Amino acid sequence: MRLQASIFAGILAAATVAASALPAAAQDSIYVPLFTYRTGPFSGSGIFIAEGMHDYLEMLNQRDGGIGGVKLAIEECETGYDTKKGLECYEQVKNKKPVMVNPWSTGITLPLIPRASVDKIPVLSMAYGLSASAIGDTFPWIFNPPATYWDGLSMILTYIGNKEGGLDKLKGKTLGYIYLDAGFGKEPIPLFEQFAKDYGFTLKLYPVAATEMQNQTSQWLNVRRDRPNYMVLYGWGALNPTAIKEAAKINYPMDKFISIWWPSEDDARSAGAAAKGFKELNWHAVGANFPVMQDIKKYVVDKSLTQTDKAHLGEVLYNRGVYNSMLIAEAIRNAQKITGKKVVTGEDVRRGLETLDVDKARLKEIGMDGFTDPVKLTCADHNGHFPAFMQEWDGTKWVKISEPIKPMEDKVGPLLTAAAKEYVEKNSGWPKRTEACDKSS
Amino acid sequence: MFYREAGQFKTSYLADQSVFPILQDRIGLALILAVAFVLIPFGASDFFLSVVMVPFLIFALAAIGLNILTGYTGLLSLGTGGFMGVGAFACYKLTTLFPGVNIVVWILVAGLFSSGVGLLFGLPSLRIKGFYLAVATLAAQFFLDWCFVRVPWLVNYNVSGAIEVPTRTLLGIPVTGPNATPQFRYLVILSIVALLTWFASNLVHGRIGRSWMAVRDMDLAAELIGIKLYRTKLLAFAVSSYYCGVAGALMVFLWYGSAEPAVFGIDQSFLILFMVIIGGLGSLIGSFFGAALIYGLPIFMRSAVTALGWDIVPSTVEHLTFMTVGGLIIFFLIIEPNGLARLWQIGKQKMRVWPYPY
Amino acid sequence: MDILYKVFIDPFVQMGTAPDLLVQTLWDGLVAGVLYSLIALGFVLIFKASGVFNFAQGIMVVFAALALVGLYDTLRRWGVPAGALAAYLALAVTITVMLALAFIIERVMLRPLVNQPDIILFMATFGLTYFLIGFGELVFGGDPKVMIAEQLGLPRGAIDIKMAGGFVTMQKIDIAAVIIVSLMVAALSFLFQRTRIGRALRAVADSHKAALSVGISLEHIWVVVWFAAGIVALATGIMWGARSEVSFSLQIIALKALPVLILGGFTSIPGAIVGGLIIGIGEKLGEFYWGPLLGSGIESWLAYVIALVFLLFRPQGLFGEKIIERI
Repeated sequence: MRLQASIFAGILAAATVAASALPAAAQDSIYVPLFTYRTGPFSGSGIFIAEGMHDYLEMLNQRDGGIGGVKLAIEECETGYDTKKGLECYEQVKNKKPVMVNPWSTGITLPLIPRASVDKIPVLSMAYGLSASAIGDTFPWIFNPPATYWDGLSMILTYIGNKEGGLDKLKGKTLGYIYLDAGFGKEPIPLFEQFAKDYGFTLKLYPVAATEMQNQTSQWLNVRRDRPNYMVLYGWGALNPTAIKEAAKINYPMDKFISIWWPSEDDARSAGAAAKGFKELNWHAVGANFPVMQDIKKYVVDKSLTQTDKAHLGEVLYNRGVYNSMLIAEAIRNAQKITGKKVVTGEDVRRGLETLDVDKARLKEIGMDGFTDPVKLTCADHNGHFPAFMQEWDGTKWVKISEPIKPMEDKVGPLLTAAAKEYVEKNSGWPKRTEACDKSS
Repeated sequence: MFYREAGQFKTSYLADQSVFPILQDRIGLALILAVAFVLIPFGASDFFLSVVMVPFLIFALAAIGLNILTGYTGLLSLGTGGFMGVGAFACYKLTTLFPGVNIVVWILVAGLFSSGVGLLFGLPSLRIKGFYLAVATLAAQFFLDWCFVRVPWLVNYNVSGAIEVPTRTLLGIPVTGPNATPQFRYLVILSIVALLTWFASNLVHGRIGRSWMAVRDMDLAAELIGIKLYRTKLLAFAVSSYYCGVAGALMVFLWYGSAEPAVFGIDQSFLILFMVIIGGLGSLIGSFFGAALIYGLPIFMRSAVTALGWDIVPSTVEHLTFMTVGGLIIFFLIIEPNGLARLWQIGKQKMRVWPYPY
Repeated sequence: MDILYKVFIDPFVQMGTAPDLLVQTLWDGLVAGVLYSLIALGFVLIFKASGVFNFAQGIMVVFAALALVGLYDTLRRWGVPAGALAAYLALAVTITVMLALAFIIERVMLRPLVNQPDIILFMATFGLTYFLIGFGELVFGGDPKVMIAEQLGLPRGAIDIKMAGGFVTMQKIDIAAVIIVSLMVAALSFLFQRTRIGRALRAVADSHKAALSVGISLEHIWVVVWFAAGIVALATGIMWGARSEVSFSLQIIALKALPVLILGGFTSIPGAIVGGLIIGIGEKLGEFYWGPLLGSGIESWLAYVIALVFLLFRPQGLFGEKIIERI
């Protein structure tokens, strides 16, 4: 028994070490890896994103035979929102010549930023990641449309200012900020503190550790003590539903509780009727009443080519995933147009991203008329700083309650430039941009 | 029949006391070193080096550290992740404050900071034992976790709250940062790990190691024969944390390239503990086996699924990996509580008496 | 001077000026403590009877809760109308599942490891934890689920009591939790003190060999104990799940039970309760009044430090048996 066990263990160890075989992607397809998390404490949000991203690209494969006639090889890599697993995924996909990576975690994005230019793989961290990567001249390989976290905060502040009758009315008031105690939550704090100084309000911070996301009673007890006039939420995964539930428990006025663009329907639903009035930013529609969503239903969901639950179509985070994939697809198409090649590489898609120009006409072509607004990137601006609107939870669904709110360019712009400069200084040897700038086609 | 030491006579006491008295052992070791230093960097793919070998070596080093504490001295510790983090952050602060000094020097020095912290949190071990000490180390783990997030000075007030590793060179060749080639990083890590393993081997085979094992087996009796308990236990904490600290610094600087504080959480501590358990408590080679199995298994399963062409979604592979790791732990504890290292020893013993059964 | 004021005077001033918040904190601490002690109860049961420190208690909590919700959904899909009938049916099936789990654990894990040192069994429960995490995610899916609290008859909403200048909110589910835990403790104490099985459990906890020689089947006892711990885990899962949601991050909260056990002693049921209360209240008070001084978030390690300090002075906990070492 012992000998057999030791032989077994030996074979296992040897086989483990021999795990360096890896299948190369077929030459006539474009490899698109998707870093997703359907497990772990953030899977509550991650599952929808994964579904949306996968389904749109699969729909293109089924309906159009891919992009420009070339099929997409879609492969999911499970990261669990864990930086270590994310880096493993990156190393694994690196050799298969991916055209871009979408880390879907600020924690995974950060270590990939210096590697992107060396490995020639663009990073699309849509509306997350390092805000400073909007500065295209410093970060030629990183893209984060349509708005940064700093833009988002300025939009929330503008909305609050509108409700109060002017930002100067905030003087003397208190604003509370509850956030995930990690990179993504901490990033807006300097801007928030700047705003507090400029407009004369007090800022109270309520960090929530990633391991304590479901245990927020202390933070909300502090909220009860401090009684902020408005609460701003930057959460992800299990943080959001718990925050909404706890806010309801302490009878915090839900209409004064505003979040960045991440909470989903499930998150709001978990607090029941008390969650009515909860607001968040968004830049695309909810619901499945668009030609693109109907196509996804017809070509992918109905044909059971996906793990997606039918009920998830049209939910806000599912549509978010679809939007992300739309950016991927348009970038690839753009790259094909610029280079004339069919099977494009990471370098080509970088150029495609940099000259991305999805206008109203194109949106109509791809079935997203009314779904979202046009998005355009340039060599210097990898973000676009596009406006987002406010939507409110009415007890059963998200309802758009405002026009698109523009970010405060005058406040955010200088901060972004300063942050980019600081990044370069801290990382001695950061390469100067050598990539040429294509004129937008 | 393959492994006999018949005909190998020692002519001096010194020779008799050597760690590898049998010639076959020494040849085997030389072969392994040759393969590791020469064959692998030039023969293996980049993927194999960066994804398999580099992490394997780093985890093996951390496992050696934990093995010294838990395997050799019997002090159960769940704070490994925190100590690794101290090493990583110390190295980062040192290299940003004194960028001129070689990074390898700083990696080895950072371990000393980790040592100091480990010493501090090891003080309760003088009064508490067993599971209770595990709670003390848990306090260390969570407190350090909190410090990494809450003290912005540690990350030089970086907005993202994470360490961004600057490019550093060794002999003119970049060894950290995105330009460092996997081969060079692998060689640097291998050298450090080989050096520290040799050091650990000498420690555990000598007087200090024997005093640790005496404390593990029955500390009251050890105290009676004259071993100073507090010195021995604190030394165990210090040395173990040193190894974990160096492993942590290597992990951030030569593998990840950046680090969020979440990397050094309780999950990391459990991972290293599993490696030590499966590899074999109280065995250096067991640390390597355990690291290979626990770290390599998920990669192996993922590659196997892809290679066999089975259409299983990655999240399911993930779940199956968890189940397999858990099942393997129970399996190994049932058939061989002393881990893979013991199985290795049995294997060698079988080779000695082959073709006879005993 | 300022720092001394901040640490020693200001928190008490705050307690005095806003007594309703103090009562609220105490109540929240009580509730948290009661829930921690539920988890600790599971640990104590298994440790008392088989000497195994069951690290997998946390994942058993999650597993039981997931099984309950999953079975409820399955029953609904099969056409059973929503409501109490389906919920209690699901509950009954889940109890059976926990019994089956106890059987399997005893067969596969405990029997082969009889007579091994405690640390080996402890590590085996690590393996069990990982296995159950993978298995649970495979069968039930990794996404968080909503606990069927209403269908089980657990109350929703809160009671706002006007007192001490402000108001104190007590969630009805928390009140229910306190009552249920008290009932469970009473039932378990009754089980241990007054029934035949309880006597057998105590005998096994005292000495395996002596119990065997009197004819008590160790294997049966272990199944009973792990089943009881499974029931406690189910109750814990329902309570915790109703307060937030059922997901795998719940199992990390099980680590908090360790300080509770340290305080209360590993082998004492009343100790688990008292320890839980001390840790829960201490943690919440510390976080609310002293936390902001240190940047907040000290909840994550305060419990362990409290336990650590306690250990230095009374290693066996408040109610545990004194550890006597012999050569």
